[in-house]
Amino acid sequence: MYKVVVPGDFISEAVSRAGEGTYVEDGKVYAMRYGIVDERGEIKVIALSGKYVPTEGDVVIGRVAEISFPFWIVDIASPYEARLHMSEFTDARGEKIEFGSMNRYLDLDDLIMAKVMNVDVMMRIELALKEDFNLRSGGRLIEIPHTKVPRVIGRSGSMIKMLKDKCNCFIFIAKNGRIWVRGREDDMNLATEAILKIARESHTSGLTDRVADFLDSFKREKGRR
Amino acid sequence: MKEGKGEIELIKEGKRLDGRGFEELRPIKIEVGVLKRADGSCYFELGGNKVIAAVYGPREMHPRHAQDAKMAVVRYRYNMAPFSVDDRKRPGPDRRSVEISKVSREALDPVVMREYYPKTSIDVYVEVLQSDAGTRTAGINAASVALADAGIPMKDLVSSVAVGKIDGEVVLDLDAMEDNNGEADMPVAMVARTNTITLLQMDGRFEKEEFERGLKLAMSACHKIYELQRAALIDRYSESVGEGEE
Repeated sequence: MYKVVVPGDFISEAVSRAGEGTYVEDGKVYAMRYGIVDERGEIKVIALSGKYVPTEGDVVIGRVAEISFPFWIVDIASPYEARLHMSEFTDARGEKIEFGSMNRYLDLDDLIMAKVMNVDVMMRIELALKEDFNLRSGGRLIEIPHTKVPRVIGRSGSMIKMLKDKCNCFIFIAKNGRIWVRGREDDMNLATEAILKIARESHTSGLTDRVADFLDSFKREKGRR
Repeated sequence: MKEGKGEIELIKEGKRLDGRGFEELRPIKIEVGVLKRADGSCYFELGGNKVIAAVYGPREMHPRHAQDAKMAVVRYRYNMAPFSVDDRKRPGPDRRSVEISKVSREALDPVVMREYYPKTSIDVYVEVLQSDAGTRTAGINAASVALADAGIPMKDLVSSVAVGKIDGEVVLDLDAMEDNNGEADMPVAMVARTNTITLLQMDGRFEKEEFERGLKLAMSACHKIYELQRAALIDRYSESVGEGEE
């Protein structure tokens, strides 16, 4: 059973175990966020909502928002914009990019898969491209709150594995809550519905089973038709 | 300034005009997450007051020069709908709403952990849909819940209520009739857990002893409101598993 807390709720006196989403005052641990308490190991409050803030090593899906030589400014569904340096292309290909021709490599609104290389104190974010970074054709982007990403993945990947199997799709879930789905049109429709269902019901228990039922019943109906 | 003893009798047979006792709140209704496109929202009803609070952010702050490199900036807009009062209110900000926005922001500021989101803004919009005295306190209550709903890191929730003086008696939570014809009105906002007062204003006159009694009354009412705010947030995620929701 989940224990929901609101900011200021007393959680524990074990100050040494205070973790993410908590703060310590007068030798007591309090919740700093509206969320669910996790007391296995560190005492954490897992937020139910909130904006994505990147940390080093995250893999995100970004959208090119602006080109400002020698950077691409990338929107990563966060309060902070990220930057991708031109050298991400030049180094690998040994070409030189002329001023004004950056859009030939990546243009506005292009979707990319990238890794967060560095986040400094001023919240300047540097990205590096992943291989197969370009998300262009034959796929679909789904956006959910980043707080629900762990639910879509499931415990040790159980949920995502099931989604991939039953929907017959390639699914990539980025840390910032953007999901790339690629497959046949009706398979993608099904995957989209299932993912949105998970996001909507993320706080309930027994979700994996219910999503499995949902996918199966959908398939059965389709078979009958 | 309050005119003092009005022509209207506000207390009859130990009861107020709406039948409440001296230390009784108006009925409260709280609903969390009422706006789909806001990051956090809350609908708050306090008797005849109906307000809605929306929180957007933390988000990139514009204008850029107003950014704070070390922490988020909280902006708060209190706005009364033209139809919220009997005589149509001229729309747009005025002296009164600018002041209320400022003090309300300062009432919430101490609990918001702004240092977690440098360079961003957290925008709070409070819309008063219907007004019956005490809208700033209702707005603060709603905003505090909406901030939590938006996942903003906070030390606590803020709760708020007004006390006043009518027909020589110190009473809790004035309505518009009492406010207009009473002798004093004092809105209070505080952090219930630590009894930290974050807003205290007064219009009219209290004797020192009345002030102290009134403050105590407001503080104990804030604890009640806090419990309701907390319950509203918790209920949202403990509804039955499965079906429902949209």
